[in-house]
Amino acid sequence: MARDDTPLDQETFDRVLAEELGKGVDRRVAEGRARSAAVRAARAKSGEAPSVTPVAAATPAGDGDGGAAPAAAPSPAPAAAVPAAVAAAPVAAAPVPVGAPAATLTAPERQAPPPSGNVPEPKKGAPEKHRLLALVPPEGIQRVEREQGDRINVWPHLLIEEFVAMMIVLAALTIFATFVNAPLRELANPNLTPNPSKAPWYFLGLQELLRYFHPMVAGVLFAPTLVLLALAVAPFVDRNPSIKPGDRKIAITLFTMLIMFGAVLTIIGSFFRGTGYNWVWPWAQGVFFEL
Amino acid sequence: MAKLKLPTPSEALDRVRETEVWKSIFRPGSIFRRGYRDTSRDRALATMNNVLYHLHPVKMKRHGLKLTYTFCLGGLSFFLFILLTITGIYLMFFYRPAAELGSAQAYTDMQNIRTSVFFGDLVRNLHRWGAHLMVFSVTLHMARVFYTGSYKPPREFNWVVGVLLLFLTLGLSFTGYLLPWDQLAVWAVTVGTSLAGYSPLIAKQANFLLLGGVIVGPDTLLRWYVLHVLALPFVLVIFLSVHFWRIRKDGGISGPL
Repeated sequence: MARDDTPLDQETFDRVLAEELGKGVDRRVAEGRARSAAVRAARAKSGEAPSVTPVAAATPAGDGDGGAAPAAAPSPAPAAAVPAAVAAAPVAAAPVPVGAPAATLTAPERQAPPPSGNVPEPKKGAPEKHRLLALVPPEGIQRVEREQGDRINVWPHLLIEEFVAMMIVLAALTIFATFVNAPLRELANPNLTPNPSKAPWYFLGLQELLRYFHPMVAGVLFAPTLVLLALAVAPFVDRNPSIKPGDRKIAITLFTMLIMFGAVLTIIGSFFRGTGYNWVWPWAQGVFFEL
Repeated sequence: MAKLKLPTPSEALDRVRETEVWKSIFRPGSIFRRGYRDTSRDRALATMNNVLYHLHPVKMKRHGLKLTYTFCLGGLSFFLFILLTITGIYLMFFYRPAAELGSAQAYTDMQNIRTSVFFGDLVRNLHRWGAHLMVFSVTLHMARVFYTGSYKPPREFNWVVGVLLLFLTLGLSFTGYLLPWDQLAVWAVTVGTSLAGYSPLIAKQANFLLLGGVIVGPDTLLRWYVLHVLALPFVLVIFLSVHFWRIRKDGGISGPL
């Protein structure tokens, strides 16, 4: 039924609206309450179901907790749509007078037949439509546990941010690439070892480590295998469920030590090693490092 | 004779929107079908009827926008990968991975890229610096994910995929390092592979497989070229897809702290 078709009792509407506004209720809420009171009043006048609890009428079955149903309900059965329980009471889309059991059964024209369980035959000449009707037991209703939270649209907020970040990096990189040339030395010569010869910068920590440990330890057993393996299994070792930094002191300390260890070794290997891979001070003897 | 009346631009656009071709390209509900109005609905549809829907959900947690949470590092790593793919394809037009003794074609091609190829120098610089930056940003991305505790359930597996991606990124950078075939490249790779050649039992075999010989030579160049332009990117893209897919399936951005 469209909203405009609902008969309103103007007197009640004005009175309740004034009352609600007097209580300091928001105008939209007040109008809604006044409208609902006015509809009830109009129905009472025209001799329909006398006193109706609007909440129970609007959601006779939807509320699983039954909190909205008045205490005077005929039986303490769960408010969900259990056919047997509903069969005794009138079922209709229109106001169901659950609230007043005595007056309930005095609305014969709204009474629906009790469910028989038979599949109804389609009407003759009715259009062929697929219909699906199901009764869902209350325990079958899945409640969404996840909180909706404070969410925003990806477009435009995130996409604009990503685009700006991309453009900044692209611009910086282009400017850098315009003014700084990538190195290209003379043709490779297998008989002429440059001094010093260094690995690419991300392996220089490893090369530095080889100065201190036996190659077997530093080269394969220690650095790549162990570090990569340790990183890969980190989530299965660290079973602490909290993500608050205050609760993760050990994890954060260990990881920071690993990062620092790698960074210090890489920096030493990059800038503090010169001819013959011997120690140099970059400000004194210069930098022996190429990207 | 009837006068020919030209349609106004907006009329023309409306007519184009009515064509079968346009309708076949843009799905029903796409903002390119009916025009875009800045409403909540159209904002949702802009993502939903877009190929971007594979990467981003329609809505996300507000805190994920905070720059100091992600620093955009993952996205920038992906952007750098795309940039490197584009510049790399351009460089492939002018480069041959041949380094036979006496006529090192690879090195000659490098010199030509620097001197005679249209924008060759700039593209090569972009490729080289971008590659270093990508190694750096992927590493920082890993650190960020660790410090925000984003590897915790249900994201454990995605962390493992991420470690693999870091490994592949290093592999891509290292294989690309050899291609200029100058003194720097060959000797850095010689040192680098000698580090990896200290495997306890399979040292010789591993090194032989890696180099295609006992020293860094023409076979190494061809081998690493194929790894660099084809094999490793192929594997990386597969794991990248899994990585992105799991981000969505594991509930989008982690946190807030």
